[in-house]
Amino acid sequence: MFYDITASPDGRTVDRSWVAGVASVLDIPFCVAGGIRSVADAEDVLNKGADKISVNTPALANPDLVDMLARRFGSQCIVVGVDSRVEDGDYRVYQLTGDPEKTASAKRLTTDWIIEVQRRGAGEIVLNCMNQDGVRQGYDIDQLLVARSSCSVPLIASGGAGEMQHFADVFDTTRVDGALAASVFHSAEIEIGALKRYLAERHISMRI
Amino acid sequence: MKRVAIIDSGGANIASLQYAFSRLGVANELTSDATTIRESSHVVLPGVGAAENAMQRLTDARLTDVIRALRQPVLGVCLGMQLLCEGSEEADVECLGIVPGIARRLPIEPGFPVPNMGWCATEIRSAHTLLAGIDNNSFFYYLHSYALQVSGHTVATAKHTAPFSALISHNNFAAAQFHPERSSVAGARLLSNFVGEKA
Repeated sequence: MFYDITASPDGRTVDRSWVAGVASVLDIPFCVAGGIRSVADAEDVLNKGADKISVNTPALANPDLVDMLARRFGSQCIVVGVDSRVEDGDYRVYQLTGDPEKTASAKRLTTDWIIEVQRRGAGEIVLNCMNQDGVRQGYDIDQLLVARSSCSVPLIASGGAGEMQHFADVFDTTRVDGALAASVFHSAEIEIGALKRYLAERHISMRI
Repeated sequence: MKRVAIIDSGGANIASLQYAFSRLGVANELTSDATTIRESSHVVLPGVGAAENAMQRLTDARLTDVIRALRQPVLGVCLGMQLLCEGSEEADVECLGIVPGIARRLPIEPGFPVPNMGWCATEIRSAHTLLAGIDNNSFFYYLHSYALQVSGHTVATAKHTAPFSALISHNNFAAAQFHPERSSVAGARLLSNFVGEKA
C-alpha cells in the first residue's frame, strides 16, 4: 500500500512514473492512494501497474466518484480509505489528513460513510483509527468492532501497531481481513517474516 | 520463438502481467491486433473490472471469433477466466463460451466478505502442467466477486463459503481465478510453466 498522503492537501495526484517503477519489480499486490479524483486518474495509475486504487478525501468531496470507479474498473480494485476518530461520543470521518494544518472534519459519521461507500461500490475499506495512529499502543479494537458490524467487504485495520501481539489481538478479536502498519516496519522494529511466522503459530491463516 | 500476446481487454492489471513475463525474460506485448494474437506462441486474456465492459471491448475489436479459434496455449486470468466461460451473473452478460460454466456472484455471509480478497490456500484437484513444481495448498492472491463452480474442468480449487474453481483447463485453454502475476514465487512458477507449454 503506497499512500501519497500530501497529494490531496497539495492539490496533486500521486507520481505515475514512481508507480510504474515499483510495479515492475513487485510480485505481490500493490495499492496506490493519493489525490485520485477522476476515472482518468485511476485508469492511468492502474495502467501503470497498480492493482488497486484507494480514495479518501476525493471520495468525501465527490461521493459519486466511488460509483464511477466501481462501474468502470469493478469493485474489487476500489478501496476507500477512511480516517476516523471519536468526537462527541461518535466516530466521525476526517479529511485532508495528510497535512495537520488542513485536516478537518468531513461532517459525516463513520458508520454512515462506511455503509454509503459500500452501497456505491467500494470493494475494500481501510479504516485508519486516528486516536491510535502513530502511538503504537495497539489497534482500536472497539472502533474496528463497530466498523466490522456494518462492513461486508474486506476491512483493513490501520493505526496503532507497535508490537507483534497487537497484530494477533486485532485478528483474534475483530475478524478484520488485514492489518496495516507502516512505521514499525520502516524502522525495522518488527521484521515482516518474523511477524508472519508468529501469527501463523497462533493459527492465523498466513502465507509464509 | 516464444512470444506472449496479452490481449488488451481494457482491464486494469495488464501492466503487472507484462512486468511478470518480463521478469521471466519472456517477450510479451499488449495487443488488440488479430494477426499479432494469432501468430503469438502463447496468449493471455487478462482482465480486471466489469465483464460487460470487457466483452464489449473484445467485440468492438472483432476479437471474439479470433480468440475462439486459437490453438496455442491460452491463459485467462481473473476476469479473463469469466470471459472464456459461457456467461456471468454480472449484468447477465454473455461471454465467449469456450469453457462450459457461468460465473456466479460469491454469496455474502458473516465472516466471508465479498470481494474475496487476499492469499488463499489453493488445493490441487488433478495434475496439470501449469501446476508442475507447485505444492498442494500453495497460497495464491485472489481478488474477485464472481467465481465458477467446481466442475469436470476444475484443476484446482480455493474456498470462500464453498469451494470454487481456482484453475480450470479445457483443451488448449486454461484459466486462473487468482492473479499469478501477483502471487509471488508460486505465481511466477505457474507463468513459467505456461510459457513452457508447447502449442
